[in-house]
Amino acid sequence: MAHPLDLLAAASTEGAWTVSEVTKRARAVVENGMHPLWVRGELTDFHPAKSGHWYFALRDEHAQLRCAMYAKYTRKFTAPPTEGMQVFALAQPTVYPEKGEFQLTVVELLSSDRDGMRRAAYQKAKANLERDGLLDPARKRPLPPFPRRIAIVTSRDGAVLHDVRVVIARRWPLSQLVLVSAAVQGVEAENELCRALSFLPRIRFVDVVIVGRGGGSQEDLWAFNSERVARAVAAAPVPVISAVGHETDITLCDLVADVRAPTPSAAAEAATPDRAEMFEHLGHLGDRLAQSLRGRAERMHERVARSGDRLASMMQSHLDRSAARLGAQAGRLDALSPLAVLGRGYAIARAEDGHVLSKLAQFPPGLRFRLRVSDGELPVRRADG
Amino acid sequence: MAEGSSFAQDLDRLEAIVRRLEAGDLDLDEALSLFEEGVERLRGARTRLAAAEAKVKQVIADKAGSLKIDDLDG
Repeated sequence: MAHPLDLLAAASTEGAWTVSEVTKRARAVVENGMHPLWVRGELTDFHPAKSGHWYFALRDEHAQLRCAMYAKYTRKFTAPPTEGMQVFALAQPTVYPEKGEFQLTVVELLSSDRDGMRRAAYQKAKANLERDGLLDPARKRPLPPFPRRIAIVTSRDGAVLHDVRVVIARRWPLSQLVLVSAAVQGVEAENELCRALSFLPRIRFVDVVIVGRGGGSQEDLWAFNSERVARAVAAAPVPVISAVGHETDITLCDLVADVRAPTPSAAAEAATPDRAEMFEHLGHLGDRLAQSLRGRAERMHERVARSGDRLASMMQSHLDRSAARLGAQAGRLDALSPLAVLGRGYAIARAEDGHVLSKLAQFPPGLRFRLRVSDGELPVRRADG
Repeated sequence: MAEGSSFAQDLDRLEAIVRRLEAGDLDLDEALSLFEEGVERLRGARTRLAAAEAKVKQVIADKAGSLKIDDLDG
């Protein structure tokens, strides 16, 4: 098919387009050229269909737009809008081929009145969640101390992924970050967030989930106020940290999440321990480990020392007793010695060869012999013979 | 992710060992072998912590609805 701006190609009857080709092309041009946007206007010509779809027009003084809102988006409204109401519509501009009409496919409708439809829808969804116990603080689960995997449900291109990534790389690179991508604003955000959250039970080793987007206007956050998304968050198999960057408005997603973080970086910090602190903790444990053994060694040492003292004192008394015994024995030995008798005035006579002479017959006249007295010996001769 | 769970195991065990040793009711052989294990666990935990490099993956769902986990480029 010719390029739509190539006017020459369509300038002859041979190059004529079919009606379907034109509407198809027009639709592609419109949808590529205009992404989902918020449109403000007066709602008129409201026609609900049996199917649940709503058809209406949005207008101001100068123009009007045909609108279709499908049943899956109208279902959440308790009451239909009223004619003439000022509204905001989140819509994808498109071309409806059957009628050849430019129209808006509306996915969200808010009353411009502050306490209007948006507030009402939020309050209704919140009441439903409350009724089912999903806002009960007792449901909040503690975060795991050392997450193996951290799943992050956000858009692939947003700042959230980058911010979370940087914090995890710095604080706790042992955790693997797993992106489960989903549009976080626009027509498909609600469905994609629910779908991404539904994958979680099937991803192994995920211990905690971060769901988030960066700051944005109230309209940008609408998917995070969806009851379906809130229920999907509540159904997550592991704790969820909500990081929907908006300070003033607390979204339904924030309310059901286990932890609400003010920013994606804060969510990543909440999800991870700090590596630097952990090194410090390990240092302390190492010290305690060393100290425990050192303490033991010191106690052993004392025991050995005490044992040594006891041994020494045992030896000492043994020696003392031995010494005393030795003294006593020595006394007895002394008493038995014949030399001690010499002290009392006795003397011993010995022949030249040393044997003791104790009878008269052993002393012939002229015999030379030796006489031992207490302090020495002297030579002697029998002189009478 | 394997590093993450091994780290947690090392740390749990190390803390248990320190508490056990500090209780001081073990005989010397037990205390020494626990101490050696403690030193090993401490070294393991430190090494894992020092060597860890951040990895980012992405989940991709195909048309049949089955999930695949791939490296996230960039």
